[in-house]
Amino acid sequence: MKLINKLTCLLFVFGLSSSTHAQDMNVLVMKVKAKLEKVKDYTADGRMKTDVAFIKAPIGKVKVYFKSPDKFKLQRDGGISVLPKGGVSINIGSMIMQTGFVAIDAGMSTVGGTAVRVVKLLPDADAGEIILSTLYIDEANLLIRKSVTTTRENGTYEMELQYGKYASYGLPDKVLFSFNAKDYKLPKGITLEFDDTDKAVKDKMKGKKGRVEINYTAYTINTGLSDAIFK
Amino acid sequence: MWEHLQIELYKVFKRPRTYLSFAAITALIGVIQLGLLVDGKEYADFVMADFANSFSVDGKILNGYFICYVILQLLLVHVPLLIALIAADMISGEANMGTLRILLTKPQSRTSIVMAKFIASVIYTLLLLIWIAIMGLFLSMLIFGTDDLFLMKSSYVVIVKESDVFWRYAGAFCFAALAMVTVAALGFFLSFFAENSIGPIVATMSVIIVCTILSTMNIPLFNLIKPYLFTTHMITWKEFFDFKVNDANEAIIGSIQYPDKIIRSATVLGVHIVLFVGSAVWLFRKKDILS
Repeated sequence: MKLINKLTCLLFVFGLSSSTHAQDMNVLVMKVKAKLEKVKDYTADGRMKTDVAFIKAPIGKVKVYFKSPDKFKLQRDGGISVLPKGGVSINIGSMIMQTGFVAIDAGMSTVGGTAVRVVKLLPDADAGEIILSTLYIDEANLLIRKSVTTTRENGTYEMELQYGKYASYGLPDKVLFSFNAKDYKLPKGITLEFDDTDKAVKDKMKGKKGRVEINYTAYTINTGLSDAIFK
Repeated sequence: MWEHLQIELYKVFKRPRTYLSFAAITALIGVIQLGLLVDGKEYADFVMADFANSFSVDGKILNGYFICYVILQLLLVHVPLLIALIAADMISGEANMGTLRILLTKPQSRTSIVMAKFIASVIYTLLLLIWIAIMGLFLSMLIFGTDDLFLMKSSYVVIVKESDVFWRYAGAFCFAALAMVTVAALGFFLSFFAENSIGPIVATMSVIIVCTILSTMNIPLFNLIKPYLFTTHMITWKEFFDFKVNDANEAIIGSIQYPDKIIRSATVLGVHIVLFVGSAVWLFRKKDILS
């Protein structure tokens, strides 16, 4: 009987502590969210590099538009851009679910030499596109250094962020977006390629993670962007 | 020879069939442009079906540069027929009309007569390609506008920056000219073996069809002879639209992925031209002209 009582006490204490931890994590996430919410809208100029083994693309200039809470548009400044398909655009706002999530502490880690708290966000609802989001939060500066988002339809995306001048707004200078890129094939009858591509070249183009890198050069914050831009 | 070349050019451009080729090119390009103007999105969706599962492409894919690439891809397979119509008729046509003997009464060497005829067919070929460039590239740029060139290869995608495209087309058209002159040289060579035009025209097309099939089929036996077939090298113009990337997978603007391939193909085509024209001159000098 004594043993049962002890076990019940232990479970109660463990449950209480994890519930407190979850609340702490919720508070931490809400703090980060509040910091990000200082930015109602922004326009940013940047340079985008698409690094996918089977895509040869030049570095291009991009213009990014964001309006709180979830309007986001990435526009290539002339030219053609290729972006991984999916609900998650390369957007800091999409990393934190707007409402209805549970934050779970997953310990400490480091990203680029900075100590970070690993927080897993689980959505309350079953039907959403995001299944799980893991945030690596720099607690001292309330900045998200990295996020890993698993989606229902479009696989897992990883985003690494580096901050500079706009850290006080929670806006990164550099975003590195990684994803699993599926190879594709077109019949040679369509492309009229008679000769075989070198095996070494073929191997180089297979099985690598795709990356999109955006280096932001300038932000214009809280100017009251019109909704028409996002149409 | 200059005087004889002028006469040959006069003969070429006096024939209605010469203009038939230009009309055919205009109609073919017009049909492609109309089709892509009306239903180009469906075509792009079909080609990009597999790729579009994983990526979204933003920008004006159906621009003048892309349309010209499609036109060249489709047309350069069929243009040899139009070239054969003239080049394969240069000697056989004269033989058919019985004017070859009269031609040889002129105080000129047989070599200069043959060369004047060949140069006339080369000029016709180049004018046909210039017409393709005007219709396929410049008119497409006018109708569809310009942007980066988005190309789907069999296992990878190439996006050529708008500012980096035009010189590639200049190179591609020069290479296509070399390829088409090879066809003209073949037709010209075969025109020595018949006394009517149909035979050499059909023979030229037959050789091109057979060699193209051999170039296309991926069978080890044929792979041995593929590098020596001119049809294998006729499509090397596409190499102008592939560039190098550095270790960080960044595009090197202004580069060509395999320049050695272009040089090798140009050499093979050049050797074919010299062989066909050289043989034609040699044959003509030896031939007993009876017609």
